[in-house]
Amino acid sequence: MIENRPWLNFFSHVVLILGVAVVALPVYIALIASTRGPNDFYSGVVPLLPGPHTIENYKQVLFAGISTSGAPPIGLMMFNSLVMALSIAIGKIAISIISAFAIVYFRFPFRSLAFWLIFVTLMLPVEVRILPTFKVVSDLGMLNSYAGLSIPLIASATATFLFRQFFLTVPEELMEAARVDGAGPMRFFWDILVPLSRTNMAALFVILFIYGWNQYLWPLMITTDPHYYTVVMAIKRMADVADSIPQWNVVMATVVLALLPPVLVVIAMQRLFVKGLVETEK
Amino acid sequence: MQTKRTLFRSKTLPYLLILPQMAVTIIFFLWPAAQAVRQSFLREDAFGFKTTFVWFDNYTQLFSDPTYENSLRVTVVFAIGVAVLSLVSALVLALAVDRTIRSSQVYTTLLVWPYAVAPAVAGILWWFMFNPTIGILPYLLSFVGYHWDHSLSGFDAMILVIIASSWKQISYNFLFFVAGLQAIPKSLVEAAAIDGAGPYKRFFTIIFPLLSPTTFFLLVINTVYAMFDTFAVIHATTQGGPAQATNTLVYKVFQDGFIGLNIGSSATQSVVLMIIVIALTFIQFRWIERNVQY
Amino acid sequence: MAAISLRDVRKNYGATEVIHGVSLDVTDGEFIVIVGPSGCGKSTLLRMVAGLEPITAGTIEIGGRVVNDLEPRERDIAMVFQNYALYPHMSVYDNMAYGLKIAGLSKQAIRERVDVAATMLELKPYLDRKPRALSGGQRQRVAMGRALVRQPAAFLFDEPLSNLDAKLRVQMRLEIKSMQRKVETTSLYVTHDQVEAMTLADRLVVMNAGNAEQIDTPLNVYRQPATTFVAGFIGSPAMNMMAATVAANGRGLELDSGGSVKPRDTALAETGRKVLLGIRPEHLSLVQELNADLKLAVVAVETLGADTLAHGHLADSRGAGGDLVVRLPGTSPVKPGDVLPLAVEPGMAHLFDRETGKRIEA
Repeated sequence: MIENRPWLNFFSHVVLILGVAVVALPVYIALIASTRGPNDFYSGVVPLLPGPHTIENYKQVLFAGISTSGAPPIGLMMFNSLVMALSIAIGKIAISIISAFAIVYFRFPFRSLAFWLIFVTLMLPVEVRILPTFKVVSDLGMLNSYAGLSIPLIASATATFLFRQFFLTVPEELMEAARVDGAGPMRFFWDILVPLSRTNMAALFVILFIYGWNQYLWPLMITTDPHYYTVVMAIKRMADVADSIPQWNVVMATVVLALLPPVLVVIAMQRLFVKGLVETEK
Repeated sequence: MQTKRTLFRSKTLPYLLILPQMAVTIIFFLWPAAQAVRQSFLREDAFGFKTTFVWFDNYTQLFSDPTYENSLRVTVVFAIGVAVLSLVSALVLALAVDRTIRSSQVYTTLLVWPYAVAPAVAGILWWFMFNPTIGILPYLLSFVGYHWDHSLSGFDAMILVIIASSWKQISYNFLFFVAGLQAIPKSLVEAAAIDGAGPYKRFFTIIFPLLSPTTFFLLVINTVYAMFDTFAVIHATTQGGPAQATNTLVYKVFQDGFIGLNIGSSATQSVVLMIIVIALTFIQFRWIERNVQY
Repeated sequence: MAAISLRDVRKNYGATEVIHGVSLDVTDGEFIVIVGPSGCGKSTLLRMVAGLEPITAGTIEIGGRVVNDLEPRERDIAMVFQNYALYPHMSVYDNMAYGLKIAGLSKQAIRERVDVAATMLELKPYLDRKPRALSGGQRQRVAMGRALVRQPAAFLFDEPLSNLDAKLRVQMRLEIKSMQRKVETTSLYVTHDQVEAMTLADRLVVMNAGNAEQIDTPLNVYRQPATTFVAGFIGSPAMNMMAATVAANGRGLELDSGGSVKPRDTALAETGRKVLLGIRPEHLSLVQELNADLKLAVVAVETLGADTLAHGHLADSRGAGGDLVVRLPGTSPVKPGDVLPLAVEPGMAHLFDRETGKRIEA
């Protein structure tokens, strides 16, 4: 900074520490709640210090499920969430990179039309066309299936644009050199373009994994079989079950389990995450 | 539209490459959207036996419906609340981080992770914080004599969903503000300092005006976020209540269509929302174009 | 190795023709340099030979085989690009081996060939490095190695030295020449740099606006430029051009700007013909006033050390059109304001038709 103003620097740190504390508070409360017994929540205020029931709470939700809700163990739901998040992230990257390849490296009739059709998907969030989409998926017999959880969500205008932008920055001569070296289109794609896109793919993966894991409305609508529940959508059901007195300790244990994987991904891959976030918005 | 100088020659390959994306787009995006448009012109009788083409009846009915008007008002209040709260807090934090040098990375890590928390989970977290019987915030509020109950007070419910939605969005805005601040040439700020401008004067005369493109961009993004991505927050907490106080446009589409089974009205609302998204996307892209040019 | 032959090759972008029918016969092992200003179509022509641009009309043969519709890989050529176009994620070895791998050579054969090329280009210590860890000159060598290992029928070079600094450019120029002498592979080399063109070429193709203006050895191009464009493009400073009319009774040339000249040992065209008289700055020399063909009123002097360039206009010129540059020995004591009596060296005046710009031969 330009001039040394100790009190202003000090004030900055105070603001930041307060900010971090406020941002972390809800998760702290949830963490604490997940370590307490069920009787700590009947009256008064929520406990602010950890209790002794951590292991039994987590064991219960992960492997046994919550008796009153009739829901399967959270372990299975987390697995479902993982399958859904991975399918969506990988599926989106895969179909976007090949469509961007087609759009940038070929000229063919209806190319612009295809580009615009992909573009339009930006304007149709699932929440907006939820009913007719549900009907399509149900007509195709995809309710209660991993395919139904992921495939309808894997079209991606953002990822296609990102790859398109990136491909346009790849020097022309690389493709020409590869052609002179005897590489056909697919060989060039695999040997040159995909390795060069690795960072972009990783950055997108972080963003899309979070997107997939955090889906709520979609799994809520198309799963009725508890074996296909995802953890994010199941929390609500759980919190609702014993409407008067939800079992806060196990609900919060579930909350912690639901937020942990994507949060860990962001913290572990912060640089890729920031890159992905900034570039997908361009 | 831009391509490479030299292109691969193949009649079938590009179609094969673009086929999966096209298939998903057409089956799960365009076809349902077209269905929504079609249904917005139809009306089904109570038993679903007969559908009649009613022109714009659904639209006129929708816009004269007081609950829709209420929903529109709720959405505006909600979107402004989320945008203001999350933008202001993010800007304050970004300015503070910009002053710290050595520790900025640590603070950034500690501030960005809420982006990864699902909206539904964020809703539940704050729902728990605000739980009228045992929540910590109502407990603290009782000391100032405020009796919090979001299941009865529409105002409380609105505050709850605004806070839960903003909490998740702060990290996003924060990252963009930090990037925007770093993009301001140090020489400009230094020149202002030499001209005698103190930190506050510098902020309002140099930094904030230079940050305005970022702010505008985030304003659009936050509006889109508040309008569409917060469905889960509302569904997991207030479910539009109490007494429609948090029934935003997106939530209403779901409620009228899926719970109320009023297909025609739900489809009509979908179409209205699509028009809003198209307008917002258009604004966003105009902004990007303008930025790319200089 | 193979001969290359272009027959009336044309290229259209939409309705505009950018290459207006170029014909060229390259013999086996020959080093041809295509030179011209930017936008003259030289790169396009090379890329058409490479198969990177479709040919609108005409035929291209490589080794006696018409390659018009063949993919680049079927043409048995290798290319060196201006920005090298090395694959950034592959090591130097893999960059050089990539084409051979695709061609399906055995690992053993690939290793041998890369080894030979790497030795020749002194790249052996760098085979495991990524391109970004190399200097500009080394990258350039890798690009050449990649072409070399293929043992193609022809090398195509697209301004391969223009990204290097001046010193390295001279060095690499010599290396390219000696490498080509060694492997005796037919080469087409595109550049806008006339020094590169003169020093490298067995024969030059001077291009302008999509036409091959002259195809000849560097010396012939210098001595007998076929057109005013070639005359102005090859040689530095550029050839002086003066509008003139052939005078009657063998009295030489009437200059439009005033005065007249009678260059020695130069066959003049028929009386009354409008011509352009071209004289290179180095073919004017300082003489006694008595023997002077021309007089130069000096306006500016550039001292280059070995030479001195005197800029000015003809002393008898009336207004515009009499600008002239002369190259004098470095020791000449010339200053602005001087009037220099100059003679044209015998046989060193060039005449061009003023309408067509074509050289007028005796």
